[in-house]
Amino acid sequence: MLGLGKKDLSLLILVAVLTMLAPFLLNPFPTDSGLAQFNAGYPDLMQRFVIFGIFAIGFNILFGLTGYLSFGHAAFLGVGSYAAVWMFKLLSMNVVPAIILSVIIAGVFALAIGYISLRRSGIYFSILTLAFAQMSFALAYSVLTPITNGETGLQIALDDPRILGVSQTEDGSIPVTHFFGIEMRATEVLRLGGWEFQFSAGYYLCALVMLVAFYLAIRIFRSPFGMMLRAVKSNQQRLYYTGLNARPYTLAAFVISGMYAGLAGGLLASMDPLAGAERMQWTASGEVVLMTILGGAGTLIGPVLGAGFIKYFENIFSKLNDNVLHGWFAFLPDGLEDFVVTIVHPFVGKGWHLTLGLMFMAVVIFLPGGLVEGGQRIARLFRRRKASDEHRAAQETPAE
Amino acid sequence: MGILDVRDVNKRFGGLQALGNVNLSVAENTVHAIIGPNGAGKSTLLNCLVGKLIPDTGSVMFDGQSVLGRKPYEINQMGISRVFQTPEIFGDLTVFENMMIPLFAKRDGSFRMHAFEGVSHERGLIAEAEKMLDEVNMLDKRDFHAGSLSRGDKRRLEMAMCLIQRPKLLLLDEPTAGMARADTNNTIELLKTIKKSRDITMCIIEHDMHVVFSLADRITVLAQGTPLVEDTPEKIKGHPKVKEAYLGEAA
Repeated sequence: MLGLGKKDLSLLILVAVLTMLAPFLLNPFPTDSGLAQFNAGYPDLMQRFVIFGIFAIGFNILFGLTGYLSFGHAAFLGVGSYAAVWMFKLLSMNVVPAIILSVIIAGVFALAIGYISLRRSGIYFSILTLAFAQMSFALAYSVLTPITNGETGLQIALDDPRILGVSQTEDGSIPVTHFFGIEMRATEVLRLGGWEFQFSAGYYLCALVMLVAFYLAIRIFRSPFGMMLRAVKSNQQRLYYTGLNARPYTLAAFVISGMYAGLAGGLLASMDPLAGAERMQWTASGEVVLMTILGGAGTLIGPVLGAGFIKYFENIFSKLNDNVLHGWFAFLPDGLEDFVVTIVHPFVGKGWHLTLGLMFMAVVIFLPGGLVEGGQRIARLFRRRKASDEHRAAQETPAE
Repeated sequence: MGILDVRDVNKRFGGLQALGNVNLSVAENTVHAIIGPNGAGKSTLLNCLVGKLIPDTGSVMFDGQSVLGRKPYEINQMGISRVFQTPEIFGDLTVFENMMIPLFAKRDGSFRMHAFEGVSHERGLIAEAEKMLDEVNMLDKRDFHAGSLSRGDKRRLEMAMCLIQRPKLLLLDEPTAGMARADTNNTIELLKTIKKSRDITMCIIEHDMHVVFSLADRITVLAQGTPLVEDTPEKIKGHPKVKEAYLGEAA
């Protein structure tokens, strides 16, 4: 079905089920319980999960398949956001033209940057992409202020033309982004017992787009083109002496991953119509590298897992402050409680980067294949135990 | 006129004359060996044939067309395949995938954006790849990672990858270098079968005289960048000049 093998199809269905049920799955704790702060099932964060999932899926097509490590992919995300906001300013608040334009503009940017950067490989390629991204960031921040609105960031205003829409609503406020009339911020709330589940139109749009993006990535992975990209990573010399030119293959992969980044940028702007230069900064480029490696570079599902993991940490772990910690450790004697809180303090709240960094190090050292490898090892462990149980059973049977 | 004609080729690296007035003609459907002591310019000559190096002067014609100034992948598309001294294969890919890539290169040219049809739908090519693997006795290793194969199997895979493209000319750069005797003999047998079973011209650079004398139809002896003699293996064996420059030196 859908031109996929059995395994890939079940993976796609699994991801589809998980994303569709995310508002339930990410809200396991009742709203009034102490653990409610670990709930991630609110629209804003769920949108981030899937949008950065798209970003990482695209990045993985370049890095995971060809091995070319780009340190400038945030530039395409930023360009996509600016393109989308301009569409909201000039055309209409419908997200479809905005998203289409952001993908196209990011693709054009990726073509230009990739054409130059791919003249080199290895660390030189990484440095070139980093240089381009930082140039884009600096330009967006200063010289290109007429287009990007500099430090303030590009926002929609009451006097924007919006030729296919309205400049302002009847009550004189700024119109909101919508998908053919369905407002992106529209949210249905379902209360069941102590639980509260939120279903946001914006999240479901992003989730559907991510499923399409994920599906296309599977097709690329399984295609002759994907095989060529893996061959580029494996042995360029053999590739050239087999009658293949690696350059257009890597450039195509670069442009495709740039378009994925642009799509993510366009969706970010569709959920919240503003775009700032900081989206293009090198830390943002580094983040997608972390996501991909943490989840498992070169695997299909890894980047999505990595993106979810990092975004969860960024948004949930960072909210744990000392008051929360004191609450947790209140059962300890006073002196000990303060001591434990002091120890834990650097790892949570503003210090969440420390925890993330340690986890990243642990994954890279002990699980070079990322979280996916971790999952595979656990699965293998279970299978082996099952197999040895059966083995033992088989051995015991004759003895009876 | 042979299928490959090298005329007056010179190549200099700084003060070193690596190749001096090399003339060489390889006749179609023969095995032509190039031998010579270390530093004789064998590898430089080979690199000039495949586009890795460009000679300072002279011409290299293949099948009526000049190869000079063409990129390695363009030269491969003209019908020249190359086997390297240390097997160059796609180590991260499976044996089967290693066979599919040259097939795609042959059918689709140096670049084609085939991004949405699955590899598994290419029934014709898959059958062709499996047939070739069967021919080199590697069908049982179809789904192995190529990087995990033994040295001898890697060499066999590399040759199969070259042969599946049906090249007019197969260049072999010391195909048995560093191999155990048994592996060397296997390689010789494989090359003999290849020679018998299809129309192919081979050009072998080799150190091992056993390999050369059991395969070659003609031999060119290279010394200090210049061809010394070119003749049949029987004549070469007894040639005084060769004994002096090559065999004598070895003894």
